[in-house]
Amino acid sequence: MPPPPILELVSLRKSYGALDVLRGIDLRVFPGELVCVVGPSGSGKSSMLRCCNRLEQSTGGQVMIDGVDITRPDVDINAVRQQIGMVFQQFNLYPHLTVLGNVTLALRKVQGKGSVEADTLGLAALERVGLADKARAYPAQLSGGQQQRVAIARAVVLQPKLMLFDEPTSALDPETVGEVLKVMKQLRDAGMTMLVVTHEMGFARAAADRVIFMDAGAIVEQGPPAEVFGAPKHERTRAFLARFTGEG
Amino acid sequence: MSGLQRFLDTFFNAEVAARAWPDILRGLGITVGVGVAVTIAGLGLGLALAILRATQRGWLSGLIVVFVDVMRALPPLVVIIIFFFAFPLIGISMSAFTSTWLALSLVLAAYVEECLWGGILSLPRGQSEAARSTGLSWWQCMTAVILPQAFRVALPSLTNRVIAVGKNVALGSVVALSDVLNNAQSATSNAGNPTPLTMAAAAYLVIFIPVMMGARRLENRMQWRA
Ligand SMILES: Nc1ncnc2c1ncn2[C@@H]1O[C@H](COP(=O)(O)OP(=O)(O)OP(=O)(O)O)[C@@H](O)[C@H]1O
Ligand SMILES: [Mg+2]
Repeated sequence: MPPPPILELVSLRKSYGALDVLRGIDLRVFPGELVCVVGPSGSGKSSMLRCCNRLEQSTGGQVMIDGVDITRPDVDINAVRQQIGMVFQQFNLYPHLTVLGNVTLALRKVQGKGSVEADTLGLAALERVGLADKARAYPAQLSGGQQQRVAIARAVVLQPKLMLFDEPTSALDPETVGEVLKVMKQLRDAGMTMLVVTHEMGFARAAADRVIFMDAGAIVEQGPPAEVFGAPKHERTRAFLARFTGEG
Repeated sequence: MSGLQRFLDTFFNAEVAARAWPDILRGLGITVGVGVAVTIAGLGLGLALAILRATQRGWLSGLIVVFVDVMRALPPLVVIIIFFFAFPLIGISMSAFTSTWLALSLVLAAYVEECLWGGILSLPRGQSEAARSTGLSWWQCMTAVILPQAFRVALPSLTNRVIAVGKNVALGSVVALSDVLNNAQSATSNAGNPTPLTMAAAAYLVIFIPVMMGARRLENRMQWRA
């Protein structure tokens, strides 16, 4: 029997008024898996990801984290969110805190850890992304790639069961994309379960266990990267990938 | 008598100054006392209002906006007069000190709310999303992530408002508050010489220049963007 999924979306729906953004998404992500989500702009990738930690309220279906439906109103969402790390396109580091302050904020505020323990854990997380030497710097003093690695450390330090990435390299200069992808690969090799929305087809092909192609609020096709990229079954997937490789 | 001599005799008359200084000093105490009390209450209330508005309850935001607009539209002098002369008619009497303090505190609170709210709005949505995604509650996000940044954005205009409203303590003279300017004016009429006004001006410099210097230091210290 396979292990139970860490994340399971069951006919997940989301609409903004009359606009159906997610039209019944079914998805399972298993422990240690890296799943990449690709698809055209506006297809609902971010919406799906943001429903997974309830930054966005779904309008139908279920979001199961470790077997618990987190869409239920009685769920302690702040406790759930500590188990789900999220990394944003725009990094969203706190500019008024040092790098270490960014990484340790939730440890101190939410988990009530003392500053010595929080700093130790924070430095260890920064070590993992190769930025322990920047602990005392402020976000504005870092490059985009470094900022995104700090953002990853800020999520990792809480030892989440699942990490969500929403286009983590889309706001980066091309020369710093590699360092962020490298950190993500290391995370994956360390056994982290990851759901990654990305336009980095090279990364998806090389690192993903599974690729999901979304269009118009639905999963059109999914499978191992070699299959989805090498022999897409659906016309829409082919068209999307053709446009993509054409552009690249 | 030379022109300079006449000038000094008029504005820096030692004899007049010697007679006036106890009144000036007492007035200075009142001005500083009311000013500090207004600053504390105004900042506190304004902060509370900005936080309440951030809870995004429609009717509450509506009430706050009405309060803020009314307080910014009314001349502070009128607010003081209402508290001192009109409220006794409905059975609420207050001293000159209290009515000046209350009126100016409400006016300052309105401006503080507006400044802080602007600061809050200026922050990218991603700030609170990042904080909430790591499990911070709404309140923890507010106090640890949003307000420190909003405060920094608002600081220059907050300083201006505190100084402007602080200078308005002099309006308390309309309800016979013995603030430094009021006392200086009385002393000036009594002596037939404006030296007490010079002393009051000096007192204002002594009060407000340190405030401005402190604010500038705070602004520099909070300049975290490299
Ligand atoms: N707050 C909102 N209100 C109304 N419509 C929204 C809102 N947020 C997103 N949408 C709409 O939902 C649809 C899906 O948006 P979403 O951000 O999930 O797409 P995406 O696949 O992440 O696109 P991109 O690749 O551009 O990031 C879009 O049509 C978008 O305009
Ligand atoms: Mg998106």
